[in-house]
Amino acid sequence: MRYLFFLVLVLTSLATNAQPAKAALQQSITRGKIVYNQVCISCHQADGGGVPNMNPPLIKSKWVDGDKKVLINILLNGFSEKVAIDGDYYSNNMPAQSQLTDQQIADVLTYIRNSFENKASAILPQNVKTCRKK
Amino acid sequence: MKIIKPFACLFFVLIWLNAFAQTGSKSSIADGNNAGLILPKSFAAIKLADNIGKSRHIAVTPQGDIYVKQLVANGSKGILLLREEKGTGRAAIIKSFGDYGGTGIAIKNGYLYASSDVDIYRYKLDDKGIVIDPEHPEKIVNGLLERHEHESKSIVLDDDGYIYTNIGAYSNSCQERDRVKGSPGMKPCPILDSAGGIWRFKADLPNQTYANGTRYATGLRNVVGLDWNKTTNSLFVMMHGRDQLHDLFPQYYDEKQSAELPAETMYELHNGSNCGWPYMYYDQQKHQKILAPEYGGDGVKQGGENAQDPVAAFPGHLAPNGLLFYTGTMFPEKYRNGAFIAFHGSWNRAPEKQKGFLVAFVPLKNGKPSGDWEIFADNFAGTNDITSPRQAAHRPCGLAQGPDGALYVSDDVKGAIYKIIYTGK
Ligand code: HEC
Repeated sequence: MRYLFFLVLVLTSLATNAQPAKAALQQSITRGKIVYNQVCISCHQADGGGVPNMNPPLIKSKWVDGDKKVLINILLNGFSEKVAIDGDYYSNNMPAQSQLTDQQIADVLTYIRNSFENKASAILPQNVKTCRKK
Repeated sequence: MKIIKPFACLFFVLIWLNAFAQTGSKSSIADGNNAGLILPKSFAAIKLADNIGKSRHIAVTPQGDIYVKQLVANGSKGILLLREEKGTGRAAIIKSFGDYGGTGIAIKNGYLYASSDVDIYRYKLDDKGIVIDPEHPEKIVNGLLERHEHESKSIVLDDDGYIYTNIGAYSNSCQERDRVKGSPGMKPCPILDSAGGIWRFKADLPNQTYANGTRYATGLRNVVGLDWNKTTNSLFVMMHGRDQLHDLFPQYYDEKQSAELPAETMYELHNGSNCGWPYMYYDQQKHQKILAPEYGGDGVKQGGENAQDPVAAFPGHLAPNGLLFYTGTMFPEKYRNGAFIAFHGSWNRAPEKQKGFLVAFVPLKNGKPSGDWEIFADNFAGTNDITSPRQAAHRPCGLAQGPDGALYVSDDVKGAIYKIIYTGK
């Protein structure tokens, strides 16, 4: 009975919040694209296609679509391990982007998680903040 | 888009039909669409091979066989040997060996030299130019630095028993934190002790390391194309200039300036040469050495007082990956002792269009330009409308000259080998 009550509560709140949440997501994506065009575009390119053998594509990327913490940490700390990304190696350093604000990082990640054939949930500034602390 | 698609399809069908027409005819060399390339009048091109794997540098034997260094070994296919089947315009892979990927390959005094990103090997050739024992190369140099950026080791040999290799700087501009906005340039740049230059080793001494070599030239960010100039008896290199002026210093460079600057530069090197990286870059529009912004520059202040001037300068970011001094006689007089340069094509021009998927030529007299550089072979990418490098169908990387004076060009997207000849027609 209690579960049912909660379920109803959650469902109604989802329904009433859906519109504003969608608008907030759209705004975050729009802001994120601006960040992307300022700081990511040279390496990952306008289409997210990257540069063969050098900078990996962000298209259908398991990193982009995957665990939020891992993804946020790539931006906060950079990435320069020799790992295979979809079977190819990329030889360049991904510079840390910790100079960006929590909001900017959340926005740019939300943008790439909703672009380049990726589909994943939004990242919020508080998610970034939590990762930054450690 | 809806209107363009059927047209694009038609276009590809036409290209495909054309390719058919070409392989079908016997004297394919002189006819048709020159494998899609745009060439000067009286030149023709054929695609000897395609899809053989990311092909970096190439070397042609006196018999006309082609050794191709593969970026990825895929088991034991780090080096391919191709033989042209006369009259067909095609070359077949007749041998593959080498369990290491890499870039460098060269033939000298009866040996094939090849490099991984860490080591240099050599293989004895028989009198037909075929590797005798592909499984047991001699390791000439080992333990060269490879730090995840600019790690390819190109090689060239002189006539005095030395081999030269590029050890690229594992950095864009020697910042404390590579490519991080606001991170200062390190002074002195510690990378230069073991990278960011050309190292020289004995060509015939096994198992050399840094300790056996000489830092022949320094202040070179990254070199992929290099060649020995026989008219000056000296080493020439093509340096990849720095990236991301706008990303890192938007207050000094707008996106357009950053797409054009700095120059890709050709240097003539001697023992002890210093070309100035990371403290300066060369501005091909002002013809000046400019202080790098990581070291207090603002796009205007000059720098590099102790650095030598380039022999020639080219537009920014085009990525010169191959250099070849033409010593043949097949091509007209104008080309003799001049330099062909294989430009890989840019990535660091975004949001401007990417360009430079071409082979350029600069005429030289006694190692000095005797005219402006020009585009020799164009349209490797298949289109001029490249907004992202992966759209380029082919990217020139290595160059070699055949015994008859034909020019060979390799591509490292999927691996095409082109042969360009002079027809006189
Ligand atoms: C200087 C070039 C450069 C810039 C600028 C850059 N990256 Fe990267 N990025 C790389 C490289 C190189 C790698 C892979 C590093 C490796 O393999 O070790 C990478 C990896 C990644 C990855 C994980 C791999 C993948 O394919 O999904 C993500 C996600 C990513 N970058 C996102 C971004 C975002 C978002 C920005 C802008 C805020 C950005 N990058 C800016 C070069 C860059």
